[in-house]
Amino acid sequence: MNENDDLERLLLGAGARLNLEPPDLPAAAAAAGMLDVAYATTDSPLGPLLLASTDQGLVRVAYLDFADRDEVLQSLADRVSPRMLEAPGRLDEPRRELDDYFDGRRQEFDLPLDRRLMSDFTQRVLSATATIPYGSVSTYGAVAREAGSPRGSRAAGNALGSNPMPIVIPCHRVLHADGGIGGYTGGLERKRTLLELESRQPRLPG
Amino acid sequence: MALPPFQTLLDGHGRDVHRFLIANVGPVDADDCWQETWLSALRAYPSLKDASNLRAWVFTIAHRKAIDHLRARGRRAIPVAEAAELAGAAPESVLADEQLWSSVGQLPDKQRTAVTLRFLVDSSYAEIADVMGSSEEAARRNVHEALKRLRKELNR
Repeated sequence: MNENDDLERLLLGAGARLNLEPPDLPAAAAAAGMLDVAYATTDSPLGPLLLASTDQGLVRVAYLDFADRDEVLQSLADRVSPRMLEAPGRLDEPRRELDDYFDGRRQEFDLPLDRRLMSDFTQRVLSATATIPYGSVSTYGAVAREAGSPRGSRAAGNALGSNPMPIVIPCHRVLHADGGIGGYTGGLERKRTLLELESRQPRLPG
Repeated sequence: MALPPFQTLLDGHGRDVHRFLIANVGPVDADDCWQETWLSALRAYPSLKDASNLRAWVFTIAHRKAIDHLRARGRRAIPVAEAAELAGAAPESVLADEQLWSSVGQLPDKQRTAVTLRFLVDSSYAEIADVMGSSEEAARRNVHEALKRLRKELNR
């Protein structure tokens, strides 16, 4: 037998035994001010959610059964920063508030938001949307008027469709004036589920 | 240019970089070198011009960190085999590994780097050349010389 083969096997075997867990990176990166986007996955009654935040606050919520995970992450890398790490510990607060919301213990989110993924118009539409109380609904026309839009309900519908933080900004509470359900970023089934969840809960004193 | 999320690099190469560093600087110092490597990479990442070979790029940084580290520390025995012990390997293989790693630790920098890249993280000769800034021919020669020396050392 070739001596070199033995030695190579020895190296491969010994190398495979150097199998220790590498240390933590997100905390060190954050301490050095280089963690631009932290993200995590969390389970919800509507399927797995991807949550992402910057130093300014929550920047993205995505339905992973509906949107492709790699595409959502790549889009964040392109539009915010590629300095992204999976860092569940940095998303504890949004995760807890979402859990409470789905359990009916929370009716309003109290999270800092980073609105950089929204155009100015979308920001105005979503700000108007954010004032619709838990358990209530409004119409595309009403949020368009509130956003000061001469373009009306169709433009508002597009802006709502590009909501980067569904659930947290409650675009599911916007319906057609004739009572039609309209559209939803996570599919209509999810919109119905959210509306039903909210209709089941008694309104908490605000 | 579209850079992938940094986590992708870490998922793909984090453990390999760690194993490479353990063999080159020992398990205790490897953790520091590993964090320094990835923090350096993170710092430079957004302005990276060429994203076609990110693995070689990260290993280039790791290789430099290891060399800097060894220079700063001076030549001391590298207790690599401790890593196998910590990872729960059987005592008899730890003993055999100790002899091997101590011989690897005595190799000249270029030979040690080349041979650990080749056999610990499965680098091609082209990748070794990229990481070490050498020709593929030099990479082959360094691996060959390292094996020759190790064989002699271990058969003594």
